[in-house]
Amino acid sequence: MVVAKNVFKFFGKKKVVEDVSITIPKGKITSLIGPNGAGKSTLLSMVSRLLTSDGGEITIDELDVAKCRGNDLAKKVSILKQANNVTLKLTVRELVSFGRFPYSQGKLTKEDHTYVDEAIRYMELEELENSYLNELSGGQKQRAYLAMVIAQDTEYILLDEPLNNLDMKHAVQMMKVLRKLVDELGKTVAIVIHDINFASCYSDYIIAMKDGKVAKEGTVHDMIRPCVLKEIYDLDMNIEDVNNNKICVYYA
Amino acid sequence: MKLRWKLLLLAAVSLLLVAVYMLTNAGGNWDYILPRRGMKIVAMIVTGGTIAVSTVIFQTITNNRILTPSILGLDSLYMLLQTAAIFIVGSGSAMMMNRNLNFLVTVLAMVLFSGLLYKLLFKKEGSNIYFLLLLGLIFGTFFSSISTFLQVLIDPNEFQMVQDRMFASFNNIHTDIVWAGLAVIGLGVIVMRPYLKYLDVLSLGKDQAINLGVDYDRVVKRLFLIIAVFISVATALVGPITFLGLLVANVTYEVMKTYKHSYLFAASVFISIIALVGGQLLVERVFSFTTTLSVIINFVGGVYFLYLLLRERS
Repeated sequence: MVVAKNVFKFFGKKKVVEDVSITIPKGKITSLIGPNGAGKSTLLSMVSRLLTSDGGEITIDELDVAKCRGNDLAKKVSILKQANNVTLKLTVRELVSFGRFPYSQGKLTKEDHTYVDEAIRYMELEELENSYLNELSGGQKQRAYLAMVIAQDTEYILLDEPLNNLDMKHAVQMMKVLRKLVDELGKTVAIVIHDINFASCYSDYIIAMKDGKVAKEGTVHDMIRPCVLKEIYDLDMNIEDVNNNKICVYYA
Repeated sequence: MKLRWKLLLLAAVSLLLVAVYMLTNAGGNWDYILPRRGMKIVAMIVTGGTIAVSTVIFQTITNNRILTPSILGLDSLYMLLQTAAIFIVGSGSAMMMNRNLNFLVTVLAMVLFSGLLYKLLFKKEGSNIYFLLLLGLIFGTFFSSISTFLQVLIDPNEFQMVQDRMFASFNNIHTDIVWAGLAVIGLGVIVMRPYLKYLDVLSLGKDQAINLGVDYDRVVKRLFLIIAVFISVATALVGPITFLGLLVANVTYEVMKTYKHSYLFAASVFISIIALVGGQLLVERVFSFTTTLSVIINFVGGVYFLYLLLRERS
């Protein structure tokens, strides 16, 4: 369980995250939604210690993020950010192997190789494992990075806009993989996501943020309602039931 | 194991060049020639190696292949220290006459300056590397300005002494400080060893490095200090010459095509030996001292960069 208590973050004088307290439940997909500049990514970055908080406390399974050793935390929680434009000459397999760094500090053991193999198989990258990253399409690259996170074998996986730059097919594929990670491997996934329909179809729990605060949180059923979304996005939405999924129509 | 073969080949070429430089054209005066040339070779290897390795580290930290550590302002600080020493205590003082003392004081001052700069910067959260580079750039300009100001004020005879330190020269390597330099580098390598494993991860970028459990601020601070030590030694030996690092580092990436720093370091050292000893051979035996090594290196480096740029565009 990830618990954030009264967390603050300032960029200069601007309060980006203000007195936020959330709980990310174990074994579920939690989506962070909200308009641009709501502080979702900042919050996720603080949970994953990419940023330090300016107040409050964040714990992951009782481990204090601010005090815990980086390497121990790297075995517990992983984060994948949106911009991953590495210019290195790196093959997919080498990238995935980096996921084992917290365990083996660069010297891979037999066990590490098994994890790497499994991660590559899980993301169906076997045929690409010796290709260089810069030769891959955006979707393949994203999959390779996710394979690295899987090889890192952390209980908690945080993703900052994992669907960015993906076409519809790859976006669906990505969400299905995340679903599988939760259902089959028992991971806990938290994502920052802009497409509320993906959030509605795939997540178990939704936290909506606005102006640096938590606007509302709850299950999909509680959250995907016209009045709730109107409050968050300031937009009138029709919500239709399609194949038992709640789909928001707001395009026109 | 293609990488091993490439390394072996590079090692063989460097060894060959060193042998040619040492053994040909000696004119029978072995007792005189060998120690003299040997000292020069050691100095070239030390200079080339430190500049190459520190540039590779620097480019990994900044994730940028066209930056060199000179942006940290260490070269300018070196000039300022030399000028200030002459200005304040004069060219006849122990500080100027005793190379080893001068070397130790200079290296210590450069490392202290870097340490202070990083301490200031990393104390604040959001340790942005580019902010550090900007600060380095500003300090560098500031130091150069003060140096120029002092140079205008000092006696012209004393200025000669400053000028002697201003330009990199491999015909005038300060071989008397090679041993002190080696000792300092040895110390640097010992301190650096535990941090080497992080470099591969750092090349993935800051966020990934933190994700994979690297204590980013601490590791980067240590690595920057090591860069400062290496650059100080190289600068004290031959003067400001960081373009060599840019050239060698990029040739290394092109040749090795790997992210593994153990290979990159070894290859960059060999390539710098090839560049320096090969260049010096050209200067001494082909051009018979009508040109200087820095001219050749800058020329070859410039042409190579044009090639890289043109190739990128097509």
